[in-house]
Amino acid sequence: MLTYTIRRLVLSVPTLLFISLAIFLLLELAPGDPMAQVPLTVPPEVKEKMREALGLGEPIPVRYYKWLVQFFWVEPQVLIDHLFDTKLAWHFAPVPADMSATLLNTLTEKGLIKETSAGLEMLVKDQRVISWQTRSPVMDIVVQRLPQTIWVVGTAYIVGILIALPIGIYSAYRQYSIFDQSGTFITMIGFSVPPFFTGPLLIVIFAVHLGWLPSVYDTIHVVTDWESFKFQFRQMILPVMVLALQTTAQISRYMRASMLDNLNQDYVRTARAKGLSEAVVVMVHVLRNSMIPVVTVIALGMPAIFGGAIITEVIFKVNGIGQLLITALFANDLPMVLTLTFIFAIMIVIFNLIADVLYGVLDPRIRYE
Amino acid sequence: MTELSNPVPQGKSTSQMQDVWGQFRKHKGAMLGAGFLAFITLAVLFGPYVWTLDPQRIDYRARDLRPIYMALFDASAKVSWAHPFGTDQLGRDGVSNMLAGGRASMAVGWAAMLLTMLIGTSIGVIAGFFRRLDGPLMRLTDLFLSLPILPLLLVAVTLFRQPLSSNFGPEGGMFILIVGIIGITSWMPTARIVRGDVLALKEREFVLAARSIGTTNRNLITRHILPNVLSPILVSATLGLATAIITESALSFLGVGFPSDFPTWGKMLADAVPRMENFPERVLLPGLAISLTVLAVNYMGDGLRDALDPRIRGR
Repeated sequence: MLTYTIRRLVLSVPTLLFISLAIFLLLELAPGDPMAQVPLTVPPEVKEKMREALGLGEPIPVRYYKWLVQFFWVEPQVLIDHLFDTKLAWHFAPVPADMSATLLNTLTEKGLIKETSAGLEMLVKDQRVISWQTRSPVMDIVVQRLPQTIWVVGTAYIVGILIALPIGIYSAYRQYSIFDQSGTFITMIGFSVPPFFTGPLLIVIFAVHLGWLPSVYDTIHVVTDWESFKFQFRQMILPVMVLALQTTAQISRYMRASMLDNLNQDYVRTARAKGLSEAVVVMVHVLRNSMIPVVTVIALGMPAIFGGAIITEVIFKVNGIGQLLITALFANDLPMVLTLTFIFAIMIVIFNLIADVLYGVLDPRIRYE
Repeated sequence: MTELSNPVPQGKSTSQMQDVWGQFRKHKGAMLGAGFLAFITLAVLFGPYVWTLDPQRIDYRARDLRPIYMALFDASAKVSWAHPFGTDQLGRDGVSNMLAGGRASMAVGWAAMLLTMLIGTSIGVIAGFFRRLDGPLMRLTDLFLSLPILPLLLVAVTLFRQPLSSNFGPEGGMFILIVGIIGITSWMPTARIVRGDVLALKEREFVLAARSIGTTNRNLITRHILPNVLSPILVSATLGLATAIITESALSFLGVGFPSDFPTWGKMLADAVPRMENFPERVLLPGLAISLTVLAVNYMGDGLRDALDPRIRGR
């Protein structure tokens, strides 16, 4: 199992490299010009300099390599620096000749200057992936936006699973009963109604007509006491409901199918023949075996729900990473788009890996060689 | 041992297609779904010839009309029999817009589904039939499966909109772009299913027999393999149609779809959201149209899967 996991981890490196190259080339081949918004009065030679400042002057392979280094080498170091207060993502560079004496003194006092054979050198930060739109490091913005997405999407996923599992179990146990028929119908609806329709629909019903819930998610709201917690709870209900409807529909269908497969097996008859109570037969014997494929489906669904959350974030104005991607796209902010899309890809690869490993761990019949 | 009283089965013999149809007819949801899909398709195809109002005609005096059923709840609602679904803020007719929007959505859905099936089936058949190509093609499928689809769709549509619309016109360019991109990013499940079936079929005796009388690979595939993998292709085609319609509407909703004067259901829904407090029907009508169409297609797929599965059929 461990060998298998390690092999898959190693194999995921070329996969990720290929995906990053594909996304990079897609953005590269696209005809959009980041200088399109610059006024026409700016002279062409200045424009050329601005282009170089954005790193656009170099050939494509060099820029791809630089982005790779920044994303895979510099950014993790910045994270470590931030966590442990180290100085990994810093390097020495020659002091510019025109630096003022006072600044030089201050830097020397702070211990940022050292003397080498080539002259004075000072400690500067490594180049990170910079957003063209905000001129700040892309990862800083992503880290700011990530909690909102994880909070809403994560809650929705958990709620969806918690609703889906009992529905799936009971539907399968009472196959073709009224509960099963209506459950199947409702999951089919959840499967078919897109989030950009359920979102506005729920807003019209619960926020406009009934006035029970807010329609916009207030992301700067901080939970400090019971009142603010209640507000946070209320504002999360609508986006979570929209996202959870889809999760519920998918997972309960899988749960039902998986339970049905297992309920007709011989070991269930054996368990009943031994005189075990019905609750033990269904909830222990059948459920544990039925959960194996469902758990992998749950793991596989995680990245998809992050992608699908883009629409929900736009509807409820949650400023998470999906909304960040949309705004970056419209602003032609290619480094941001590249990094975000790649983060989505990393998530897919990681959760695929988790699903496969989980399958092997849970099901003793599966042995990866 | 007793003789069978009646060794020869009585009753009419039925062909496979008749069996499939008989099973399909038993699935009520599937029949309703198929009926609704046929209705919508016919409506968007021939509706504009019956309801001849131009969807783009601006009639400012008849703007903001409510749909006709509002008169039941609210006697003071502004309604008119000339516009049963009401009009929008520029006085464009609701019915003809729904029909035109449905035309665009269904056209994109069908075209993207056909393209998906074409790519998926060819890759699946080639990977299953030619052992040497199996490995590389399946790795390619895995790679495509790990691409983040919706973000990539957004990226591609935003970035390539300009050159395509200058070459093929704003509507034509967008149509080609959306259909092409949905096709390129959603063929993988079909390819996997088809490959699995082809791998199993290849070892069967009838393929050996066909090969032994000198059938070429091409004929083997078109005459013997393809007809036998038709049922999984049909089932994934229904799923593909549903996904394509939803994807197109999602793109239009996010504002990266067709140009603003070209109605599609997703676009109408997105345009109506800012004023949905006063005019909820403008969100409701296109939203219901999308949802019901997708629901119908999904139910049809369910019924088709049951009907085409010989283990379920005949029970």
